[in-house]
Amino acid sequence: MIEFRDVTKRFPDGTLAVDDFSLVIPSRQITVLVGSSGSGKTTLMRMINRMVDATSGAVEIDGVNVSTIEPVKLRRSIGYVMQNSGLLPHRRVVDNIATVPILNGTPKAQARERALQLMDTVGLDRSLAERYPAQLSGGQQQRVGVARGLAMDPNILLMDEPFSAVDPIVRDELQQEVLRLQAELARTIVFVSHDIDEAFLLGDQVVVLERGGHIVQKGAPVDILANPATEFVATFIGADRGRRRLVVSDTARPESGDDRVLVDSGGYPVGLISARDGQLAIGSPTPKSRSVSNKTDQAGDA
Amino acid sequence: MILLQALAFILDGQNWVSGPRILYQLGVTLSISAISVLIVVVIATPIGIAIGHTGRGRGVAILLSNVTRALPTLGLLSILIVLIGVNATPVAIVLVLLGIPPMLAGVYAGIESVNRSTIDAARAMGMTEGQIIGRVEIPLAAPLIVGGLRATTLQIVATTTVASAFAFGGFGLYLIKGLNTADYVQMAAGAILVTALCLLIDGLLAVVQRLVAPRGVPRDGADSASPKPRARASRSRATATVSPLQEGMQS
Ligand SMILES: Nc1ncnc2c1ncn2[C@@H]1O[C@H](COP(=O)(O)OP(=O)(O)OP(=O)(O)O)[C@@H](O)[C@H]1O
Ligand SMILES: [Mg+2]
Repeated sequence: MIEFRDVTKRFPDGTLAVDDFSLVIPSRQITVLVGSSGSGKTTLMRMINRMVDATSGAVEIDGVNVSTIEPVKLRRSIGYVMQNSGLLPHRRVVDNIATVPILNGTPKAQARERALQLMDTVGLDRSLAERYPAQLSGGQQQRVGVARGLAMDPNILLMDEPFSAVDPIVRDELQQEVLRLQAELARTIVFVSHDIDEAFLLGDQVVVLERGGHIVQKGAPVDILANPATEFVATFIGADRGRRRLVVSDTARPESGDDRVLVDSGGYPVGLISARDGQLAIGSPTPKSRSVSNKTDQAGDA
Repeated sequence: MILLQALAFILDGQNWVSGPRILYQLGVTLSISAISVLIVVVIATPIGIAIGHTGRGRGVAILLSNVTRALPTLGLLSILIVLIGVNATPVAIVLVLLGIPPMLAGVYAGIESVNRSTIDAARAMGMTEGQIIGRVEIPLAAPLIVGGLRATTLQIVATTTVASAFAFGGFGLYLIKGLNTADYVQMAAGAILVTALCLLIDGLLAVVQRLVAPRGVPRDGADSASPKPRARASRSRATATVSPLQEGMQS
C-alpha cells in the first residue's frame, strides 16, 4: 500500500505543483491518476520513488516513509516506465532490460537469461534481443520499457503516460497487455494518463486531478461514470456532451444478425449490443471483456 | 623551387639522424606535446564532466577559456622563462593553458548533449550519479569528448613550434634558424614537417573518434529530443577547432 499524507510540493521556482494531497493507493491494484496537463500527476508519481522529494507531508510505502529510504535503493526496488521509453540508446534491448539486475549484482549471464524471459512476458520476440532501441518501433520500445520496469520483480510499478506516444491501435494492444500482465502478476501499479478512456479501461481506482494535484473525484470507473462529482469531471469524461449516455438505436440496424446498434445522445453509433431473440444481452464483464468499457473508442471493433 | 628543395631536405635520410636531426626534433615535439596533452586531459576532463553533469559553472568555464585564448603565447612564454628558466616547465605550462579550453569545451558540451530524458530514466532506474556518468553520459558523449581531445592535441602540437624560439628544440627550430640565416629551404621544411605531423595526428584521432562512437545511436538525430544542447555542442566544437595550426603559428 502506498499512502500520501498531506503532501505538498513547491518547486524552487515557486510553482505549487501539489497542494495538500492525500490518497491511499491499495496494493495489487491499478490506480490511475488522470487529469489535464500540469495537474501534478508526474510530480505525484515521482514522489513515490523520490525522483522528487515532497516539500511537506509524507509518502509511505507499507507504512515506511520513503524519505527514510536511500533513493538509489528505493528506485531499484520500484519499476518505472516512462512516455518515451527512456531506453539507453547505446545498449542492446537485452542489456537495457538487464541493466538494473546487473547494477544490483546479478551475474550477467543470469540477468540476460531473465531478460529474455521478460521479453516473452511482454510479448516481444526474442529475435529482437540484440537490437538497439533505435531499431525498434515505438510500440516495441514501450514493451522493452515495461520489461525493464519488471526486471527486478518489483512490487510497485510506476507508469507515466507509457502509451501516449504510440498510435491508437498499438496503444490498444499495449493496454490489453497491461491488463493481461496484471491478471498474472498482480502488482501495485500507479499509472498516469491524460486519457480518460485509458483510465477507465485500466483503473481499479481512478483519481481525477485538477491543477495543484487537487482530487476532484476518485473511485471505481463505474462510479465516476455514473455520478460525475462536478461539472469538471462531467466535461472531462465527456458526459456533458452525451458521449457516455448510450441508447439502442431505433433506426440504425446491422444488415444481418441479431445485434442492435448503440448510439450516444448525439446519435453517433458507438457500438453494438447483442439482442438474441429480441432480448438485449446483460452481461457481467469478465476480465477479458473489460475492454467493453472502452467501446466508445472502438466502435466497429466489437 | 623552395618547396621541392624542402621536400628533398625532408626525404634525405641523413637529415633525420645527423645535421638537423629531424628524428630527434620529432621526438622532442612529440614528448613535450604528449606530456602537455596528458596534463590537460587530467585537469580538464573531471572539470568538464562536473560542469556537463551538474549544468553548473559553465559561465565561469567559458570566461576563463576566453581569457586563456586571449593570452599572447609568446609573451607569456617569455615571462615564464625569465621566471623559471629555460627548461621544459614554462613550455609545458603555456601548452597546457592553451590546450585546456578546447578539451574542456569538448567534454562539457559532450555531456550536455546527452538526452536529458535518457539521464532521467537512468536515475529513475536507480543508477548512482557515478554510474550515470560512467555508463550513460561518457559513452554517449565519447565522440564529442574525443573531438575536444583532437582540437587540444592539434593546438598543442602546433604551438610547440613557438617554444623552439627559445632554443628548446622541436620543428620550430627550423623556422627560427631558417629565418635567422635566410635558409628558406629549411624554413619551408619545418613548416611542412609541422603541418604533416598535425595532419597525421588529426587523422589518427579522427579514426579514434569514429571508434568510440556509441553503437546503436544514429550519427545524427538520435537525441532529437534535445536539439538545443546539440546545437550548442556543435557550436562550441566549432570554436574549439578554430584552426589551432594558424593560431599556434601566429602567436
Ligand atoms: N522541475 C520543476 N520545476 C518547476 N516546476 C515544475 C517542475 N516540474 C513540474 N513543474 C510544474 O509543476 C506542475 C505540475 O507538473 P507535472 O509535470 O506534475 O504535471 P502533469 O500532470 O504530469 O502534466 P502532463 O500531463 O503535462 O505531464 C506544472 O505546473 C509544472 O510546470
Ligand atoms: Mg506528466
